[in-house]
This record gives sequence, C-alpha cells and structure tokens, in this order.
Amino acid sequence: MNYPPAIIAEAMVNGLLTGSVYALVALGLTLVYGVLHIINFAHGALLTCAMFAVWALVTFTGISPYAAILPLALAFFAGGYVLQRYLIGPASHGDDSNILLVTLGLSIAIENALLAAFHADTRNLEGDFGFQVIELGPMLISRPKLIGFAAAVAVAGLLWLLLARTDTGRAIRAVAKEKLGARLMGIEVGHIYGVTFGIGCACLAVAACLLMPSFYVNPRVGNAFVLVAFTIVVLGGMGSVAGALLGGLFIGMVESLGGLLLGDSLGQLGIFVIFILVLLFRPTGLFGARA
Amino acid sequence: MKRRELLFIFALLAALVLVPLLASNLLINFLVTALIVALAAQGWNILGGLGGQISFGHAAFFGTGAYVTELLQLRFGVNAWLAALVGIGVAAALGWTIGAAVFRARLRGSYFALVTLAFAEVLRILANALEFTGGATGLLLKLQPGAAQFQFESRAVFAWIAIAVVGVVLLLTRHIANSRFGAQLVAVRENEDAARALGVDIIATKLRAITLSAAITASAGVLYVQYFLYLDAQIGYGTWISIEALLAAIIGGVGTVAGPVIGALALHALGELTKGFAGSITGIDLVIFGLLLVAAVAFAPAGIVGAWKRYVGGRRNA
Repeated sequence: MNYPPAIIAEAMVNGLLTGSVYALVALGLTLVYGVLHIINFAHGALLTCAMFAVWALVTFTGISPYAAILPLALAFFAGGYVLQRYLIGPASHGDDSNILLVTLGLSIAIENALLAAFHADTRNLEGDFGFQVIELGPMLISRPKLIGFAAAVAVAGLLWLLLARTDTGRAIRAVAKEKLGARLMGIEVGHIYGVTFGIGCACLAVAACLLMPSFYVNPRVGNAFVLVAFTIVVLGGMGSVAGALLGGLFIGMVESLGGLLLGDSLGQLGIFVIFILVLLFRPTGLFGARA
Repeated sequence: MKRRELLFIFALLAALVLVPLLASNLLINFLVTALIVALAAQGWNILGGLGGQISFGHAAFFGTGAYVTELLQLRFGVNAWLAALVGIGVAAALGWTIGAAVFRARLRGSYFALVTLAFAEVLRILANALEFTGGATGLLLKLQPGAAQFQFESRAVFAWIAIAVVGVVLLLTRHIANSRFGAQLVAVRENEDAARALGVDIIATKLRAITLSAAITASAGVLYVQYFLYLDAQIGYGTWISIEALLAAIIGGVGTVAGPVIGALALHALGELTKGFAGSITGIDLVIFGLLLVAAVAFAPAGIVGAWKRYVGGRRNA
C-alpha cells in the first residue's frame, strides 16, 4: 500500500478543488446558522434541486452551465427568501427544534418530489466536461474542478464584501449580533432573515453550476453533501465565513486521501468520525470563531 | 381522564388483536410493518417526546438490535430468543454509551439531532463494508418455522406477538409518564436550568431515557429481522427508520402515550392509500409525509392525539 508522491499530491490537489465547492455549500449553511441561529436541514435537498435545475437548463436550452450561474442564483435567492419568510418562519413559531423539524419535513418532501419527477436514475451533463484535463507538472487536474475552485473563492470574496461593505451586509450582521437592538434601529428582522436564507440558497445554485460539469445528479445526491457540509460548518466554527472556506478545503482533502487509502466506502467514514469528534470535544470549531 | 386513557389503550389493542383473524396475508403484512414502525416510534418518543431530545439517528438502535440478533444466530448458532434479548441489551448499552458521550459534552437541540444521525451513518457504512455483517449483499436468516426459533408458520401469530410487545410498551410508557422519572424527564425537556435548580440530575435522567429508548427501538429491529428474515445495511441502519420513527411519533402526538402507535398506523394507512391512487409514482407518499410533518409542527404540535383531545374537550365545554 505504498503510493508514489505524485499520486498522493494529485489526490490532495483534487481534494482541495472538490473541497472548494464543498466550502461553497457550507458557506450558505454557516451564513444561515450565524444569522438565524437555525440549522437548515433542507440544505442538501435544496442543493439537489439546484443541480436538477442546472441539468434541465443545460440539457433543454443548450447553454453552458457557467452561463446558468447568474439566472439560477437570482432564482434561488428569490425562492429562498419566499421559503424562509412565508413558510419556515411562520410554521416554526420561532422555536429552535421546530425549525429543525420543519426543514426536515421540507427536505423529505423536496427529495421525494424529485424522485417522483425524475425517478432514481443518475444523470450527467452531455459533453466532454469530464475529460478536460490540464497538465500541471506530473499531475493531471480536471479543468471543471479548477474553474470551480476559482469561482468558489471568488464567490466567498464577494460574500465577504457584501457582509463587510454594504448596508444590507451591515443589517445582516446587526441582526446576527443583537436581534432586538437591530429591530429597535428600524431593521426589519423578518426581511433580513429572508434575505440571508436567500443568499444561502443562491450559494447552493452557484455550487450546483460548478459541480454539474464534473459530477452527477440523482434525487438522493444532496444527502451525501448535507452531512459533509454540516461537518465543515462545525469544523470551521458555526457562523464563520472564513472557517467554512478553510473547513471545506480540509474536508475535501480528507475525503480524497481517505478514499485513496481506504477505498471509497470507508473514505466517507473519516468525515463522520471527524464530525462526531469535533462536536464532542471542540463544539466551537477548530478556528474557534464565534458568530 | 387517566382511566379513559387506559380504556382507550385496551380498546386499541383489542381491535388490533382481531385484525389477523379476519384479514388476508397482505393486510397482516401491512399490520406487522406498521407495528414495527410503531414500536420504533415508541422508543423514539421516550427520548424525543418525553425528554425533548430529538434524535435523527434511531436507526443506530434499530439496526444494532437487528444485526446482533441475526449475527448471533447465523455465526454462533445462538437460540433466537436469547439472541433477541442480547440484541436488545447491546443496543441499550450502545444507547447508554452514545448518551454518555453526547450528554456529557452538553450537546442538545440541533447538535444532538445531527450527532445521532452521524452515529447511525457510521454504523451504516461499517455494516455495508465489513464482510462479517454480510457487506452490501446483506444477511439471510434460514427459514425454520417453530416457536423455539422465534419464527412462525402463521403470520397471524407473529402479528399477535408484535401487538403484545406494543401493548407492553404502551403500558410501560403510561407508567413512566405518571412516574417521578417521567416528571423529571419533562422538567428537563421544558427547562434544563430550572430542572437542575430543583435537584434533577440532568445527565442521569437523559441517560436513563436514551438507554430505555434504545432498547425499545431495538426490539423493533429484532421483530423486523425475525419476520422478514433478511437484513442489509440500508434496512438496519438506513435513514428510513430514523425518519419514520420520528414522523410517527410527531404526527401521532409527541410525548403522548398512544401517539406513536396511532401515528404509525395512520401514516402507513395513508401511505397505502396514496400508493393506491398514485400507483407507480415512487416517492409520492413520502412527499405527503414530509408536508404533513411541516403541517403538524405549524398547526398541530400535539399531533393527532392532541387534536382529538382538543376536539373532545371543546365539545364537552360547549
């Protein structure tokens, strides 16, 4: 079981690239957690939904998945806003465990609606995305993954700018810190909740566009991402944007190396074990940032 | 009121006992499956309903009960009844161990839900990968009908056993709900700080609850494997049973005595009905279940039982 360093290096780089898209999924989750203090269990199902949307758009209109980023992100922002403001918010009466159950109910409904509509088949995008590789020294790096990495980092930067520099960002941070105080300053908390949830969903739409060229979609695919995303969020510190980014890259590498050394099915194990250990022994996350 | 509840429990059990006498094999299959889910939900309800610790991973206990029971018989030739008892015991010990780690780390609410899910997933991946547990092909228990092997020629007999177990757990739940332990559990659910101030040992109370909860849900796993004689990682440790246990308890009436049983029967009846209408479209029943969960949380936090009590109470006051 000795691997040449080139293979290990390639696995690490590939893990890093996959991790960047994980980070994007986790960014949406951590933002919603940081502001609304809720765990959105429907995050995975919403990602599946976005991936099917990309598949349908590309297959039926023939546009490039990268051209779908902007319209899909806008559509998912709007959808997320409506979902939070008019369904999740009112249905859960502001109770933490209720929100968990409502989002669980939504995830069951969405996942199985997709199953009813598209059956259990696995679908790919047509085209040769999977075979486009770039040579980097002795390593072969997948081109869609490299694009995904660049785009994920760019989106994380944009998100940071939005939170740090705009009025909406300031309002979001104010609500996250002190809900009552924010309300007294004239910030409409329900609206900010909706906007935050919408941004979380928009992150998913972008992640879906970046994933689809090198990945597949079926109605259950979100499940694989949801616990990975939770692991990243917990690892990076709940509510921390930088933590989600670093956590995502780290988990991507763990998965890739674990898969190489232990085989695919046991490689997944590493992620769950990390998740449990972090929650048990360091629930504030490795980067210790508190929202 | 309390006496009426007991009366209701016996009426429900009596009605269930009659079903296998009149019904076809298909209906008995339906009944046994619903009762197995009811039992898993009763276990979930002790911890999640009375204790307020919402678990997303009760499959860990269901699967452990099932796997230990089947593996002891297959690999070591242990008698089925003894294997069943050991299976329940091992699952209870697992519940205690998970509880000891998780409750000491003060994980609750969403964190508790997620960490239980992670434990169940770890077990699912292991059971799916290891040769000892049958790997991805699963385990087939040899068909050898006979009371000593915990297998029965007649499906009706098995249904009656399942009804008996559900009945015992109903009475046990009622006893717990009215006991000091039950009161402590509810106190922990409503406000941990206040409960601690009143001298309730929070961790010990939660540990008792998760151990008992795991044992009851494991007995559902035992019944599953003795009835269907087949087990794989997806059945034993898959999310389906975690979700169905939670759904049945919440839709039936979370924290009530009979809620999980009523919820399981209602959900399975609804599932069959939608399958009858929608036919070959897979997943449509679960879409309805998911929406029902949202609706129950939004409009009927005490589920079917709570809605019924409110209706009866409203009529009596009018």
